[in-house]
Amino acid sequence: MPIKSFRDAINETLKQEMRRDSRVIVMGEDVVGGMGGSSGVAEAAGGTFGVTAGLAAEFGRRRVIDTPITESAIIGAAGGAALTGLRPVAELMFIDFIGVCLDQILNQQAKFRYMFGGKCSVPVTIRTLMGAGLGAGPQHSQSLHAILTSIPGIKVVLPSNAADAKGLLATAIRDDDPVIFCEHKFLYGESCEVPDGEYLIPFGKANVTRRGSHVTVVAFSRMVLLANKVADKLAKEGISVEVIDPRTTSPLDRDSILESIEKTGRLVVVDEGGPLCGMASEIASLAACHALSALKAPVQKVTPPHTPVPATPHLEQDWVPSPEKIELAIRTTLDQKLARTG
Amino acid sequence: MADQSYDPIMLLDAYRRMRAIRDFEERMRREVQAGTVPGFVHLYCGQEAVAVGTCMHLLDTDYIGSTHRGHGHCIAKGCDIGDMLLEIYCKQGGLCNGKGGSMHIADLRKGMLGANAIVGAAPPIAVGAALSQSTLQTGGVTVTFIGDGASNQGTVAESLNMASILKLPLIFLYENNGYAEFTGISYHLGGNIARRAAGFGMPGETVDGVDFFAVYDAVGRAVERARKGEGPSAVEAVAMRWYGHFEGDMQLYRDPQEVDRLRATADPLVKFEDRAIRDFGISKDELVEIDEEIAELIEDRVVAAKAAPKPPREALYTDVYGSY
Repeated sequence: MPIKSFRDAINETLKQEMRRDSRVIVMGEDVVGGMGGSSGVAEAAGGTFGVTAGLAAEFGRRRVIDTPITESAIIGAAGGAALTGLRPVAELMFIDFIGVCLDQILNQQAKFRYMFGGKCSVPVTIRTLMGAGLGAGPQHSQSLHAILTSIPGIKVVLPSNAADAKGLLATAIRDDDPVIFCEHKFLYGESCEVPDGEYLIPFGKANVTRRGSHVTVVAFSRMVLLANKVADKLAKEGISVEVIDPRTTSPLDRDSILESIEKTGRLVVVDEGGPLCGMASEIASLAACHALSALKAPVQKVTPPHTPVPATPHLEQDWVPSPEKIELAIRTTLDQKLARTG
Repeated sequence: MADQSYDPIMLLDAYRRMRAIRDFEERMRREVQAGTVPGFVHLYCGQEAVAVGTCMHLLDTDYIGSTHRGHGHCIAKGCDIGDMLLEIYCKQGGLCNGKGGSMHIADLRKGMLGANAIVGAAPPIAVGAALSQSTLQTGGVTVTFIGDGASNQGTVAESLNMASILKLPLIFLYENNGYAEFTGISYHLGGNIARRAAGFGMPGETVDGVDFFAVYDAVGRAVERARKGEGPSAVEAVAMRWYGHFEGDMQLYRDPQEVDRLRATADPLVKFEDRAIRDFGISKDELVEIDEEIAELIEDRVVAAKAAPKPPREALYTDVYGSY
């Protein structure tokens, strides 16, 4: 199978879906790039990270629409277009920008189907960049997927590798509900085997990236890579780590997570979202509510601290969960016992 | 003086819609006061000519984005009055199966993209609807209704700009009814609503929103421009609302005589009737016949809505997603 980068897998999927369905359009800031500039070079960018390169050349500017810096209008228009016959893929350049357009997601797209009595579909996909590690500071580095996951009516997708990016994006574009597709900016250069042609991965089906029996690690987005690395290291010591990548936080594959906890009795959750009201807390709550009798030790949460993301490189390094912190959490849970009375 | 001719069938249809809005809203007012209606209700009396003067130009394939004060827009756009009442009473079979209520009535089959309880949220959605019409080359146009209060939201500025640069078939229909909730326009508005359009490179004009003919003519020009692919326009229709921000609003911010004055001097139906009879050969009898027909219709549909079954308990959980 061919090796492709995360970036190329997304680009290829956008092209395939646009070829397949003429109702699919792509819109956002600089998705073409270079419009109105003094060099006259059209398609100068293809997105800030080059993910939409070549789309305008193939599909024309009627379907690949550069917008002003106008997030409420981009996201709102994508919702309105989805209600009226198109299948828009809107780009929200950084997930941090959700602050200026959240109404269109929270109060509009997420609720259209419900408040209109099921009489509409809202096939909109919002692609957005998440994650720290580039020294981009407090307003370009956040992982806000949990906020979105808490909203009924939308689906939230966090691909952790190029093949999943392809399969999940195709599913998102064909889905009749609003989908937020969170691309970790550190993953763009990561490559793996990615199938050519049509490839779809269903939502709500976790991927077990490492099989193990001593401890369950549930990790999201880029954290899956780190968890895999730690699992491989510990395997050499005879510690058998199971790594679960839920792939989507809404819907969430609770069954696969619970099954693994039932098997291992130990749980570590790794998320780049915060420690309060985040996915780590959610998975810990899942274990407490539905698998408490299986737990042999307290759940370990590996998350950033409850602070903004600092621009300061060495502080940002401390902020992001690291393989060392994941390893420590695994060793801690293996050393601990859950005190039981009665 | 008749400086222009209007199709009498269109005029009678317009009168029927305006009369329906008036009677519908007056009835809703009494029902809210009697405590039979759940939630908040925002009445449209005094502004009938704006919705109707606009929607007489639109087909079912044209879209409107509405506001929290949306009953008049729905009726003007052709939504079924019985189904609207079922929705306002949150009953099964309502336009949104009873889960939207007064502030979220939508009817996509009629091109009605939803009343909206977030002030200023509809224009970006309307940009998307106009984008669909432009991309799919349907020949349709979209009208987004915007209150004077909403005109100050950033979403409106974003939508004006996006519609302008993409040359979308979109009409920004400002309804200046004098108040943003409890705050008068002399306080809350900098400059002039219609003139803001010029800053985005599109025509904007202000008309008397009490005068059906003035609204109809101005929107006609904007719709024609949009259908020809020449881009968006703005129309500001000035028509004071007769009642509170919501029904039950004490309106302490208003001179108690203001509404009496409006009823006496700024009734869109009276204004329409005078001119239709004087200039366009409509007879009083024809209008009275419509009045009687509407009165009967609304009585019948309100009784039916009150008696209709509620949605089943399972409805709480349905239609969150298409699939999950």
